[in-house]
Amino acid sequence: MHVIESGNVAAANGVKLARAHVVAAYPITPQTPLTEKLSEFVDAGEMDAEYIPVESEHSALSVCIAASSAGSRPFTATSANGLLYMSEQLHWAAGARLPIVMCVVNRGIGAPWTVWNDQQDAFSQRDAGWVQLFACDHQQIIDTVIQAYAIAETVSIPVMVCYDGYILSHTYMPFEIPDSDTVDGFLPAFSPEYALNPAKPCNLNTVTLPDIRPDVRGDTAPGYMEIRHNLHTDMREALNVIKTVDEKFYSIFGRGGHCFIEPYNCEDAEYIAVCIGSLSYQLRDVVDALRQDRIKIGVCGLRVYRPFPDEAIRETFKSAKGIIVLEKALSYGYEGALYADIKAALYDCDNRPFIHNYILGLGGREIKTQQLLDALRQSCTIDIPVPQWIGLKM
Amino acid sequence: MTQKNFACRISRSEPGPGDGGRTGSWRVLRPVIDLEKCIPAKRNKPACFTCWLYCPDGCITRTIPPTIDYEYCKGCEICAEECPVGAITMVEETVFIKEEK
Ligand code: SF4
Ligand code: SF4
Repeated sequence: MHVIESGNVAAANGVKLARAHVVAAYPITPQTPLTEKLSEFVDAGEMDAEYIPVESEHSALSVCIAASSAGSRPFTATSANGLLYMSEQLHWAAGARLPIVMCVVNRGIGAPWTVWNDQQDAFSQRDAGWVQLFACDHQQIIDTVIQAYAIAETVSIPVMVCYDGYILSHTYMPFEIPDSDTVDGFLPAFSPEYALNPAKPCNLNTVTLPDIRPDVRGDTAPGYMEIRHNLHTDMREALNVIKTVDEKFYSIFGRGGHCFIEPYNCEDAEYIAVCIGSLSYQLRDVVDALRQDRIKIGVCGLRVYRPFPDEAIRETFKSAKGIIVLEKALSYGYEGALYADIKAALYDCDNRPFIHNYILGLGGREIKTQQLLDALRQSCTIDIPVPQWIGLKM
Repeated sequence: MTQKNFACRISRSEPGPGDGGRTGSWRVLRPVIDLEKCIPAKRNKPACFTCWLYCPDGCITRTIPPTIDYEYCKGCEICAEECPVGAITMVEETVFIKEEK
């Protein structure tokens, strides 16, 4: 069924189709309409789920952690300071290896208060041990939510589905809501290999001493370091799973096919602009305009930030002359985090392209097409210190 | 992949001895029961057992005489504090290290 609806409604429909059993969320702008839609679905009996109203984001994720430990399929969503408020539980959910799916509707972080879009919220949680996927339009939001459960449940790692606040969450776009039978075929009911069972009581995520220990049966139980090492190797393995899930999705729904990087006009590109989220679609117009001036430039939108698709980045960028990374987030006191990660990924290439970094759109600062044109043109012509700021008025 | 061996990818413990780790290595003071003073040992009757009741790690037996499992006793001193006749004294572990040498 094709509809014209908001990005938040697209996400809610994805959650409904994924048959989440438990929804626990605390409203925060610009995520609110998503949770409202889910409570409508549950209230109308369209979704067979328990909607648990909680008093905070910390509790929202705690409820999801409990629900997931009991073997159900939970969902939560948040933005900005709400994400930071659940930060402790983010790390917990990852260490406890719970396949929770959460939407992060990207918004700038206070202080000062802002409700508008940038991506500092998700970027600040980069190292929490969650898979981080980003959507560029409404179709990708609904498709990514469905895929997120398949990924999370295969690798037992929680997944964040991020999309830009307002720009995607509140704008209306046409998208297809796939029919539920087809989604059921793609995403079977969750059958965890292990779940809480009153008949077999146990403690989960108990204190681990610095060293390994024998368990009650005398077998060696992993220590903290082994558990964390496994999280890391499984995160790396998740790259393959993201790819497989995307291929399966493509074969059934005919959408996707760019699981790590979505390129536009990159086949013969000497310069490639790189960013995450909806900005990559805005940049397509800019790239088209520059192509008219015979500048061989393309744009790549990164779909996955963690696990970092370094292999795909090397493959796509290694023969370019220059890479221009545009970011709605910043590692304060250094440079853009994505820029730093891409630089590191290209370190081993024989002929490294130059890499520029632009910080833009913080706290919803308008990003004008002309500014992007000027910036990219500048990067294709001269060497500049990094990071540069776009749209800064001082 | 991880679905198969999920249990070894998290910290999980079941009821039973030792699944909290060998807490005995934490001990700096070792509780030693003086059987001359200990009530059940002296009277040969199942009486008192206050230490058994209070030990937070369940490492004292409810036997005549009571015994302490030093594999897990973490040396918290609660038993010594609670013993009504002062039968338990806390002895520096270094004394035993010297003895073992
Ligand atoms: S509390 Fe003291 S007297 Fe009572 S059983 Fe224990 S050691 Fe003996
Ligand atoms: S109460 Fe404390 S010191 Fe006494 S046996 Fe138990 S763990 Fe050891």
